[in-house]
Amino acid sequence: MGGMSASERADAFRDDSDRVYLDHAATTPLRPEALEAMLPVLTDDFANPSGGHAESRRARVALDDARDRIAELLGVGPGELVLTSGGTEADDLAVHGGWQAVSDGWTDRVPPAVVCTAMEHHAVLLACRTLARRTGADLREVPSGADGRIDLDALADACRDDVGLVSVMAVNNEVGTVQPLDEVAAVVASRSPGAVLHTDAVQAVPWLDVAACTAPAGLVSVSAHKFGGPKGSGALVVRSGVGIRSRIDGGGQERGRRSGTPHVAGAVGMAAALASTVAERRASVDRVTGLRDRLGDGLLAAVPGAVESGDRDRRVAGILHLRFAAVEAEAAVILLDQAGIAASAGAACSSGAVEPSHVLAAMGLGPAEASSGVRFSLGVTTTDDDVERALARIPDVVDRLRN
Amino acid sequence: MWSVPSLEFPTSSTACETRTVRILVAMSGGVDSSVAAALLADIHGTDDVVGATLKLWGGESDSGCCSVADVDDARRVADQLGLVHHVFNFAAEFEAHVVDPYVTGHADGRTPNPCIECNRHLKFDRLLDRATQLGFDAVATGHHARRVRDADGTWRLARGADPAKDQSYVLAMLGQDQLARTVFPVGELTKAQVREEASRRGLRTAAKPDSQDVCFIRSDEGRAGFLAQRVELHPGRLVDHDSGADLGEVTAVELVTVGQRRGMGHGTDGRRRFVTSVDVPARRVTVGPPEASYAADLALWTIAWVDGPPSGWDGVDGADGLAQCSAHGPALPCVVRADGDGLSVRFAAPQRRVAPGQTVALYDPVRPDLVVGSGLVR
Repeated sequence: MGGMSASERADAFRDDSDRVYLDHAATTPLRPEALEAMLPVLTDDFANPSGGHAESRRARVALDDARDRIAELLGVGPGELVLTSGGTEADDLAVHGGWQAVSDGWTDRVPPAVVCTAMEHHAVLLACRTLARRTGADLREVPSGADGRIDLDALADACRDDVGLVSVMAVNNEVGTVQPLDEVAAVVASRSPGAVLHTDAVQAVPWLDVAACTAPAGLVSVSAHKFGGPKGSGALVVRSGVGIRSRIDGGGQERGRRSGTPHVAGAVGMAAALASTVAERRASVDRVTGLRDRLGDGLLAAVPGAVESGDRDRRVAGILHLRFAAVEAEAAVILLDQAGIAASAGAACSSGAVEPSHVLAAMGLGPAEASSGVRFSLGVTTTDDDVERALARIPDVVDRLRN
Repeated sequence: MWSVPSLEFPTSSTACETRTVRILVAMSGGVDSSVAAALLADIHGTDDVVGATLKLWGGESDSGCCSVADVDDARRVADQLGLVHHVFNFAAEFEAHVVDPYVTGHADGRTPNPCIECNRHLKFDRLLDRATQLGFDAVATGHHARRVRDADGTWRLARGADPAKDQSYVLAMLGQDQLARTVFPVGELTKAQVREEASRRGLRTAAKPDSQDVCFIRSDEGRAGFLAQRVELHPGRLVDHDSGADLGEVTAVELVTVGQRRGMGHGTDGRRRFVTSVDVPARRVTVGPPEASYAADLALWTIAWVDGPPSGWDGVDGADGLAQCSAHGPALPCVVRADGDGLSVRFAAPQRRVAPGQTVALYDPVRPDLVVGSGLVR
């Protein structure tokens, strides 16, 4: 094996013929039209878009076209879009950069407080905790109901006039629950008038009318590889009138809000993928909801002690989250993998180990229950056959784990 | 050249005839388990050997098997060998079975061995269960020890081939049930042969230093710094073993271990003093000259037998044995006798006292390579 090249080694692991990929919420396959759109800027139009020559202008045009297209699809102007390296960087810029801009104009001696939900993705949750630790800002983490939706009464308690930043995700990444952003925005506007509202919309884009559902938020994070674009490409919407402080200084790209040579191919791929996603959205949602419900109903019927997390009519189409009583999700994912099914359990940390789910804990579940959740996430490439094969294999895997 | 260890497994009558033996190899990111994985892949093929690294410690660590860098090494070695690799998060169990008892042990004046408790509760309990659950026949580790099988089918735990690296002492809690499902592929090799093999195969861990310290304690804070964050440390009095005279103060009784001589100074006769007992509630550390630090008897509990107790141990004469009180200490002749829920050890000659909480491994006086069992000093 020692003499193999990296690609040969990767091929040695690859036997796609009988695999069922149900981890689209982690990364969904690159759309062919995204790849096609990216190839010219990875080859012929390779230049740095900031230069003063013809080669640069070609790259610049590709970048500006992509920016216009993404902005329009997100319902904002091109100047309201800051391209980033992905969802995590967008969240980091929103939390730290958004808070700093509010703080710079703050008249009170006490730094502006921060409010987020306890079920945020770690990109937001840990950014808020770091911010609070470094600045002394008060951080209020708002719990969820057992239904996986933010507790609006608790939000109202947390939202006082000392709050400078509120971050509430549009869709939870583990259980797929859609958060009531309109109601959240109303609470924030009436109780914390000095606060900017950020929403991590990373999981919303493939399934919801993203321009409409994120309209109440001043800051909106998206990530391309969740909807058929490439990894390493994302954006933060910074609506006009909302302040932001740069986290990365340098050449002053992105109107000084995010320095660094723009990832032109990433932007172009994101634009192509987003255009297709938005155009096909209604049909995709109908079809994938049907597949998801068939998978969910089938598993609930076939697996004793299986419980579905969150109401189906308040979840995005692509996510089915099941808790299997007396099963450790970490072991389940490995045995599912051996059975040819790619699924996920909670959040994977950098080492690849499965951490107990902070999302399920935020929903009020105890440690054993919070370690028994498996997420099956579907995408636009999921087929009837995928669901049939999953239904044929998953009950047996759970059964084996219990014996 | 050495020979590859034979691997025997009881075949289940219900098993499909064509079913192959599947092995989960615990890969710490060190050279021993890297070579163990490579040898197993040679024998069983890459489809039936899977690597697993245990994520045991959630806190900061710079040594041992818990850091992200070690997980990366393990995964990259698995990649190079063509093995699937998983990470198991056993941090909660590690905290409950290893770290908490380590802390409370020190707070009570005992000195537990965390590596042994990790083997007892994590590697050869939790991991074995997980492996069985996932359909594996056995777990392999990179320990320098050997598993041998008697003609009657009894599994024996024997010292590793390299006397300087033998790890049978830290495995002396294993019984038949665990040994039947465990493999030690590098047990027949010396450490030099392991490194040579790793180097020959171009494994990235070939020259990696052996881990030395407790894996959850950072070298810059040390044991004292770690314990100080978790329990209250108390100053105490240093008392003479013979006269009872007050000899001064110790900064933290919880950090003193029976048998310790470092920091205990010298007696009026100019000889070094050793700790003979630690009484945390009374905040008292007793020290004495070398002869006071010796005792002929040891009381053990938490007894584990490889294959049941030796015959005669519950009679008046007891059973002959060899007792080893540290990882690489000598195995000394003794007599073991049943004693309530534990056993007593009487050495042929008085020996340096062993701190409460430490492990004593018992070996067979007739076949001195073989582990008989183990217990913890009361």
